[in-house]
Amino acid sequence: MSAPIQLRPDETFILNVGPQHPATHGVLRVKMEMDGEYIVKSETVLGYIHRMHEKMGENRTYAQYLPNLSRLDYLGALGYTHGHVLAIERAAGIEVPERAEYIRAITVELNRVASHLFWFGAFVMDLGGFSPLMYAIQDREHILDMLEAVTGARLTYCYYRFGGLYNDVDDDFIEAARRFIPRMRKSLKKYAALVTGNIIFQKRLEGIAPVSAEMCRKYGATGPVARGSGINFDVRKNEPYSVYPEFDFDIPVYHECDSMARYKVRMDEMEQSLRIIEQGLEKLPAGPIMAEKKPKNIKLPVGDFYQAVETARGSFGIRIVSDGDKNAYRLKLRSPTYSNMHLFDEACEGMLIMDALAFMGSLDLVIPEMDR
Amino acid sequence: MGGYFSEIFYGSKSLLIGMGITFREFFKPTVTVQYPYQTIKMSAKFRGHTELIADEEGKPKCGVCGLCERACPSSCITLGSISVDIEVDGKVKKKKVLSKYELDFTKCSLCGQCVENCSFGALEFSKEYNLASTRKEDFHFNLLKRLEERNA
Ligand code: SF4
Ligand code: SF4
Repeated sequence: MSAPIQLRPDETFILNVGPQHPATHGVLRVKMEMDGEYIVKSETVLGYIHRMHEKMGENRTYAQYLPNLSRLDYLGALGYTHGHVLAIERAAGIEVPERAEYIRAITVELNRVASHLFWFGAFVMDLGGFSPLMYAIQDREHILDMLEAVTGARLTYCYYRFGGLYNDVDDDFIEAARRFIPRMRKSLKKYAALVTGNIIFQKRLEGIAPVSAEMCRKYGATGPVARGSGINFDVRKNEPYSVYPEFDFDIPVYHECDSMARYKVRMDEMEQSLRIIEQGLEKLPAGPIMAEKKPKNIKLPVGDFYQAVETARGSFGIRIVSDGDKNAYRLKLRSPTYSNMHLFDEACEGMLIMDALAFMGSLDLVIPEMDR
Repeated sequence: MGGYFSEIFYGSKSLLIGMGITFREFFKPTVTVQYPYQTIKMSAKFRGHTELIADEEGKPKCGVCGLCERACPSSCITLGSISVDIEVDGKVKKKKVLSKYELDFTKCSLCGQCVENCSFGALEFSKEYNLASTRKEDFHFNLLKRLEERNA
């Protein structure tokens, strides 16, 4: 019989979380150096689902690149396609009809609610509660049905076009969206009572995994992660685009910096998105959905163009360097979770592994978007 | 000490509220569709794989311009054409007729570029979604053959 393994008191071991691990929700690998249950050091390893989206953007025409953008973040895809079409429209000087912009804003916000709902369910499941996931998915299903009826797809939409939309929304969609708002408000109350008020949930999140505003700035974190650390930054307010200046909505900011704050920011954001949808449906103007003057083959003038939008996960930026050809000379995608993930390594040092996994859930990671 | 008891009280109350909610949900009607025993009708704008549209005579509307083939981001369309003689106002003219339209659905991203670019209005999205298969060949569609089968 062999003798039991003797560890030195200060000996650490390496734990691989992923690439296939339920807590990472995708093919992400986190190499953790553990001292018992405590994390000494952690290192994020990316590259398992790299698909060269940036390079593809340089090899395809601008129109052919449209479907790629929805393959980044499959939960909130419309926000990303919105950024792309806005960038091209601004660079090529295409005027978008107002109705198209309103429909874009409404569908983006619906998609944001769907994305937050799924995050909410998966996050609570990470912490050990299963039922909220089912309730969240049921609500999300209503949104997906609505979006399917206008865009033709449930997740990987290719709906926006340069200068407008693929097709118009019908009365059924508007009716369904109107009905959805009070239903969702009721659900949000239910979630607040079922999950937010739950003592186990609170004890697992409050005061856990502090991320200072300083750290957010250092790593370029945006979105609900930064807003949970007291940074009042939202591209929709700070660098308004599309028709967002027309809407009256608030940016939820919490100063506690813990996992609970990030959770609360997202829950409040759903309510704010509902407000935007409500106003958008109210104000939706009649008219065309496609620009009249639009070149058939889009070529951008020589130059360097950048457009940032606020997606469900944070600030997404697309930079296009054009040499006047029909495809980009260089295309750079700045994805929010890539930055948000990177503060994980520093912030989780000295944390218990269970808290670190809850922390990872609170960052709302979508791996294909980080590793594009 | 008071804080200790109030926390126990608050905690138990929050758990009871939660249980009340799940208990009520238990009696709500089931909304799950028992696929594959039940199926749902796809919405009018649902995008399945593309399909050729026939004209009044049952022939494809396609004029073999090749725009869809060039517009497709994933190069999943392969076209073939033959030249046939047709009579227009007593004169014999040559006309290109579609002889092959193959769609490699394994690569298609359902982006809609082909449908949009077709100036003949010869393409549409089908409502097909029951396409699961373990063989790759099942996703190589011969759209011309499918059109003939639909006509038959
Ligand atoms: S939908 Fe897009 S990817 Fe599919 S065949 Fe048409 S152009 Fe190609
Ligand atoms: S674009 Fe339309 S007409 Fe031209 S080859 Fe394709 S299907 Fe035929």
